[in-house]
Amino acid sequence: MKKPGQKIYLIIIMAFLYAPILYLIAYSFNNGKTSVWKGFTWKWYEALFRDAQIMGSLKNTLTIALLAAIIATILGTLAAIGIYNFKGGVRSAIQNISNIPIINPEIVTGVSLMLLFTFAGTMLGFEMGFWTVLLAHIGFCTPYVILNVTPRIRQMDSSLYEAALDLGCSPVKAFFKVVIHELMPGILSGFLISFTYSLDDFVITYFTRGARFQTLPVQIYTMTHQRINPKANALSAIMFVTILTLLIISNIVTSRKDKEAAR
Amino acid sequence: MKRILSLLITCVILFATMAITPVSAETADEAEPKYSGEVNVYNWGEYISPGDDGGLDVIAEFESRYGIKVNYTNFETNEELYNVLVNSNSSYDVIIPSDYMVARLREEGMLLKLDFNNIPNYKNIDDRFRNQDFDPDSEYSVPYSWGFIALVYNTKMIPEGEITGFKDMWNPKYQNSVLMFNNSRDALAIAMQLCDPPIDPGSASFSEEDIDRATDKLIELKDGGSLKKYVMDQVFTEMEGSQAALAPYYAGDIATMMDNNEDLDFVIPEEGSNLFIDSMCIPSCCKNKENAELFINFMCDPEIAAANAEYIYYGTPNTAALELMDEDYRESELVNPPAEFVDKCYKFTNIDDQTYSLMQENFIKACTGRADSGSKVLVMILLGIMIIASLIVVALNIRRGIRNRGRIQKI
Repeated sequence: MKKPGQKIYLIIIMAFLYAPILYLIAYSFNNGKTSVWKGFTWKWYEALFRDAQIMGSLKNTLTIALLAAIIATILGTLAAIGIYNFKGGVRSAIQNISNIPIINPEIVTGVSLMLLFTFAGTMLGFEMGFWTVLLAHIGFCTPYVILNVTPRIRQMDSSLYEAALDLGCSPVKAFFKVVIHELMPGILSGFLISFTYSLDDFVITYFTRGARFQTLPVQIYTMTHQRINPKANALSAIMFVTILTLLIISNIVTSRKDKEAAR
Repeated sequence: MKRILSLLITCVILFATMAITPVSAETADEAEPKYSGEVNVYNWGEYISPGDDGGLDVIAEFESRYGIKVNYTNFETNEELYNVLVNSNSSYDVIIPSDYMVARLREEGMLLKLDFNNIPNYKNIDDRFRNQDFDPDSEYSVPYSWGFIALVYNTKMIPEGEITGFKDMWNPKYQNSVLMFNNSRDALAIAMQLCDPPIDPGSASFSEEDIDRATDKLIELKDGGSLKKYVMDQVFTEMEGSQAALAPYYAGDIATMMDNNEDLDFVIPEEGSNLFIDSMCIPSCCKNKENAELFINFMCDPEIAAANAEYIYYGTPNTAALELMDEDYRESELVNPPAEFVDKCYKFTNIDDQTYSLMQENFIKACTGRADSGSKVLVMILLGIMIIASLIVVALNIRRGIRNRGRIQKI
């Protein structure tokens, strides 16, 4: 049982974490443009869906997030398995190196990617845009997938794979039926984390987007030149609710699976 | 293992090709007989009418009128715009920098001369805004919008008529109730105007002595007790919530504050203030110059310019557009101040990096009230500790890995 002190501590922490988001959601219904409450309205939500620029940026953001998450998940899972099959010092070294993009300040990654893409672009005759943003996002998402899949590999009983081979599976079949199946929870959480990181990345996208491509976080950031339009609140509210629902669903699914497994 | 690998690589390639399709489909459609192609516009955020509340969606209107696709992206400060233009190979067609940045870009040869035969609507631009110092012969820029800094105050806390200019911010009567810009250039500019003798904040360079004097003036604001805090966007919450009495801010934004709090009123500072002009230019990386000029011409069309000014609520340099605006806009001194005031105003010029960083350092000094001479050593020490710590962690990890070598099982 929790003591009252623990409960109060928990409430304070939760309030600290979620008060800003609740504030933001509440003000997306404000019938004024600023922090003075002027009555309830849906008009920012309507205006949001009529705004072609924001909708375009939203589409870009979702496309990038989905593609980057899928590709990063595939790359990251393969890399995690590969790294696990190295030995001792080499393995640790590779693991540490693969963590560098996580530790590295985003701004450094962003600027150096911009310089690299510009250099390569001048040599090969391309400009920054959709592809460079996608590449950059795959780049910073992959380490998170590796980080999520690696512990699952460690927990996995390697004799399962051998048993599958003994029972007549080809290595490919055994890989997909046994290894991937066993790693699935790690792969899924890696995918979700990649998706959310890609969705809200601002800094790296800002430097690699070029002249024809813009994502939502960049657009919202630049709105601060003038007042932040309440449309941004409405949009953030929708995104928050969407991501929250996704997380709740994925948690319910995994906890059910765990229960079944326990039985 | 090889077969698995090739299979997965095929998957990756498959996904990659799937990604190509929507993008290429997007750029391929839309082709008009006379005009075609695209125009890449790089503008401040929230600085064009998006079609809210019955207003005009300016970009959609341009696209439907000419069949040219607009790729619209935003920047947040002039310096960011500059860095992107210098460091990346992206081809922007129309950019909208402020006055001093136009000067810098022009001096560094990063702007193209405009062909005014393609911009007949330039005739609508007020003479006052032509041939400015940042573009003496008006060859490179077309004014987009302009504004200035005014004072906003709360009539419940300060009686009307008591305030006439920036000097009143230093009045110790207003204890702990005055806000100030939290950026070095704007804050020091106001202080410079009030120094004795005054320093022209619009001059091209400042001596160290000038900056020191302005900094001392700023420190007085704090020591005199009238300063509440240095703010930027927070000014809205403070003023609209009647938590502060007096603040300098951009005139267009003061109009927004006044909409939200009836007690607020504004003062046009008697000393004059910073007047800024944002202008449309074509950078040298442009690849669609004709489309860019078409876009600039379109933005100078009276109806378009009027709809745009109505939304962004800054001054419009377009006289024909001004005639189309409603009375509220035309008569508001916040967007259309008296000419005598405008004559007293100064514009920022492009100062060199060294002076700028000196101003930045001095401003931080004025904010914190203490010198930060020891900070460099501190930063070096902290950085050193961080590097050593991470090296130790990596080394430990590797050693553990070597020790575990014998126990590793293969998948």
